Amino acid sequence: MPSDPTNPKPKLKLAIYWGAACGGCCVSVLDTHEKLLDIVAAADLVFWPIAMDIKYKDVEALPDKSIDLTLFNGAVRNSENKHMAQVLRKKSKILVAYGACAYMGGIPGLANFTTKNEIFKRVFDESESTLNPEKIKPQTEYAVKEGTLDIPEMFNDVYTLNQVVEVDYFIPGCPPQSERLLEVFAAIATGAELPPKGSVVGANEKTNCDECKRKKSDNKVIKRFYRPWEIQDDKETCFLEQGVICMGPATRGGCGVRCVTGNSPCRGCYGPPAMVSDPGAKMMSAIGTMIDADSPEEIDKIIDTIVDPAGLFYRFSLPSSILGRKIV
Amino acid sequence: MNFRPTIVAFLCNWCAYTGADLAGTSRMRYAPNIRIIRVMCSGRIDPTFILTAFQQGADGVLVCGCHPGDCHYQTGNYKCLRRFKLIEKYIAQMGIEPERLKLEWISASEGKQFAELVNEMTKAILNAGPSKVKSTLEVKHLKS
Repeated sequence: MPSDPTNPKPKLKLAIYWGAACGGCCVSVLDTHEKLLDIVAAADLVFWPIAMDIKYKDVEALPDKSIDLTLFNGAVRNSENKHMAQVLRKKSKILVAYGACAYMGGIPGLANFTTKNEIFKRVFDESESTLNPEKIKPQTEYAVKEGTLDIPEMFNDVYTLNQVVEVDYFIPGCPPQSERLLEVFAAIATGAELPPKGSVVGANEKTNCDECKRKKSDNKVIKRFYRPWEIQDDKETCFLEQGVICMGPATRGGCGVRCVTGNSPCRGCYGPPAMVSDPGAKMMSAIGTMIDADSPEEIDKIIDTIVDPAGLFYRFSLPSSILGRKIV
Repeated sequence: MNFRPTIVAFLCNWCAYTGADLAGTSRMRYAPNIRIIRVMCSGRIDPTFILTAFQQGADGVLVCGCHPGDCHYQTGNYKCLRRFKLIEKYIAQMGIEPERLKLEWISASEGKQFAELVNEMTKAILNAGPSKVKSTLEVKHLKS
């Protein structure tokens, strides 16, 4: 989108924020390489903590709906994430959950397999490298003689962005492919007609298998499951047919099947395909038909070769799944 | 304590549902805690159904199909069994007690067995108490 000096249209205002994230989503924006210059030509970045020094109070002081597009990456893990999600929702015309964490909870969402108390116990008490004889645990407020210091409160659960504020669009991926971000950005910048609110954009409707070039047969049978390092991949047969769990059948296409092209099974970061809410359930459904055994004992033996089904099938999607967290 | 468990049962059309029907037409008495959903084949029961039942407050989920070898569609009940074994392992990891999910084969002539099965499961869940799924998930709301 080259900037046109004769076009009086004001530049878009763009904000990028991270919640509970690793920073990879922000880097995926930088991975647009020289196209980033086109983005900056079409949009002013008003807020981007990884790259610019702007304080929260400056964002809070902006008029409502004054940011055209906010890409929010990362899950909502603490009161600071929640506060900024609410502020950015108020200030933005379009709020996008950018990346697997904001969309489904992502890797931080695996913390929903435990509780805040368990995590604190492990980190501040039990871990091999912890030296904490006074059993000090983080407090959200602490009075010193200069005044009161505060840090954000960590929640018991990890939330997706959509569980905290209303979200207009979802861009999946860990991180989203930079080319897909450019497509979405171009659509917004050129004023093209946008899909209905709540859509997943920058990805396909169908699954990764639909695009995958590996050789597939109709009758997949699995006698035992292998972890990727336990087997010599032949580089051309469907991973599932080799006994390696590949999340392809329950994962939305759009990444260009990058992991499988690089000879690594799909891990499911693009989330479920259209019309599916729970990718793990769909994966269990798909794998169930492939297990090559009829007696309960034999089936159990094969299933026991899947070491951690919950963690494997819900690697990126636990907080957005049907159960959402470990039941306590 | 006045706990009345709710058990959601997915029954296949050809054997299990007909078996339950036989229990009814034979006027057998059994626990009224069951909510039956008829599906064409136990192979149709997606793990999503079972998880959604728990999420919406079921204290137990019962899955019934034709006996092995008797499936109207030849292999649907084997697919059901394999999925069931997977989901059994998954719900154990998620902290749902194993007695809340049960798979049994019921033929069209086994009305009595069906009635006994429902009674047994109801009793087991009465002992286990209410499911904690709904109460755990209710705490989770952040949208203001």
